Amino acid sequence: MSRIQHIVIVGAGQAGARAAQALRAADTDLQITLIGEETAPPYERPALSKAVLLGEASPDSALVETSTYWSTQRIDLRTGVRVEAIAPHEGYVQLADGSRLQGDQFLLTTGSRVRPLPCAPTPRAGVYYLRTLDDCARLSTEMQAGRSMVIIGGGFIGLEVASSACARGMQVSVLEREATLLARALPAALADQIAQLHRAKGVTLHTHAQVSSIEPTEDGLGVSAVRLTDGTRIAAEVVVIGIGIIPNTELAEAAGAQSADGVVVDAYGRTTVSGLWAAGDVTNHPNAVLGRRVRLESWQNAQNQAITVAQNMLLANPVAYAEVPWFWSDQHGVNIQVAGAWEPTAQTVWRGAPNAERALAFALVEGRVVCAVALNQGAEIRFAKKLIESKRVVSAEQLADPTLKLKELLAGPPSTSTH
Amino acid sequence: MAWQALADEAAIQEEEALGVQIGSHDIAICRLDGQIYAIHNICTHQYARLSDGYIEDGCIECPLHQGRFEIKTGAACGAPVSGTLRVYPVKVEEGKVWVELGD
Ligand SMILES: Cc1cc2nc3c(=O)[nH]c(=O)nc-3n(C[C@H](O)[C@H](O)[C@H](O)COP(=O)(O)OP(=O)(O)OC[C@H]3O[C@@H](n4cnc5c(N)ncnc54)[C@H](O)[C@@H]3O)c2cc1C
Ligand code: FES
Repeated sequence: MSRIQHIVIVGAGQAGARAAQALRAADTDLQITLIGEETAPPYERPALSKAVLLGEASPDSALVETSTYWSTQRIDLRTGVRVEAIAPHEGYVQLADGSRLQGDQFLLTTGSRVRPLPCAPTPRAGVYYLRTLDDCARLSTEMQAGRSMVIIGGGFIGLEVASSACARGMQVSVLEREATLLARALPAALADQIAQLHRAKGVTLHTHAQVSSIEPTEDGLGVSAVRLTDGTRIAAEVVVIGIGIIPNTELAEAAGAQSADGVVVDAYGRTTVSGLWAAGDVTNHPNAVLGRRVRLESWQNAQNQAITVAQNMLLANPVAYAEVPWFWSDQHGVNIQVAGAWEPTAQTVWRGAPNAERALAFALVEGRVVCAVALNQGAEIRFAKKLIESKRVVSAEQLADPTLKLKELLAGPPSTSTH
Repeated sequence: MAWQALADEAAIQEEEALGVQIGSHDIAICRLDGQIYAIHNICTHQYARLSDGYIEDGCIECPLHQGRFEIKTGAACGAPVSGTLRVYPVKVEEGKVWVELGD
């Protein structure tokens, strides 16, 4: 293979930005082009439903780097430019204006877009989705104390928006289609605690809620209510839709790459098309720790998978990306962290009695920790991650004993019993 | 503000950090291989106090997103943190940790 001179990264979100930095760190001479459809320079999204939406942090604080950084690193950042096609074999990408840009290797970091609600597929006056800084700015101007907000979707983003809107003095309702909130992501008892936390802060939760329509105001300039299929009408001045995301796989598919709930890549980040790599939200990748393929929607994956894959693009012997998946959420001042992936069928072990302010749960499968969930105990997650990674056999009694430090569990001789 | 006594030396355990706020300064006082160091306590990524994090392999790790800084130099070790944190001169006298704050 001749030396790679130019790498083109498609998608200038967190993953694209971290990949560009990693490429520059690995090779000072490489030509790097980072193309993104959004007009803002690369930024991290987590604060968009938290500190930035609360007005506690500026939008600039979410930037991956200052806007001048990219040129000083000789990274050709092109914002406000949509890539229409990638042709890895021919060695070019096609831009929205019809022009072509040559490259030797291509990295796809196109991330995800919001899943549209059929009865309100695009934002309109009073109806918002939250993915971008622009979305955040528009929503933020609507968040005035005393106004009513209805959030469609009781997932992490919806609940974070609920928490921020509450803090800004709004009257907030959350509509969840399922019987419980966060049912797939957390142990039921913890999901319960979080529901109670929201109620205690004044949020009204509606479960089993199927939306049939969003009703406009009489003048048609805003919204007045959300109507459920059972006829219930919930008054709303602002509606926020957070019902999940869809990976942006189309460019890869058109280039002939396999996609199945995300662009299929191997542990190194290679798609099924040679010369085309992918990282971040858009990928469906094998996770050696969990022993299965995953599509993750997380800050950690956007950063660390992108760094590993970018480095691999320049290496003769690529390195597998294999980290314990981890994410966090902040709601009403409570920090939730999850390491691993929650398995509802696993044995649940509690460390101390859980309450809305403090809880730590483990999922145990055959004596091995596969997931840990913490409320306001982030410090423990660090050791929980190591426990998961080590695949060390531990007993439920050991895990449940708050006097036994997790750090010691990691250091001690491996337990031989699995009861 | 020149030298200030900010802590009892005995209060700083190996591989643990003590956060001290004084005036406009927020400082993490750490002990590595017996030696005491003082480093700016606020992460470059978002708002977090490094003294709430961990010390390992000569680095202090941010409790929020695991950004790491070398304690002796203040240098960031990679994403998501960048740049170099201020490192303060330290001396230990009569069981007290003194830190030179400058202005
Ligand atoms: C409000 C909010 C809060 C969140 N909070 C948390 C949290 O607390 N913890 C956590 O772990 N995760 C959180 N996440 C998830 C995390 O932000 C995402 O997993 C992460 O942003 C994924 O990064 P990415 O770069 O892979 O994709 P994205 O961030 O989606 O970036 C992809 C970029 O590619 C661009 N693009 C797409 N197609 C094209 C094209 N054809 N041409 C040019 N450009 C294109 C897009 O415009 C976009 O800018 C949150 C997400 C949101 C929206
Ligand atoms: S705030 Fe320190 S790493 Fe994010």
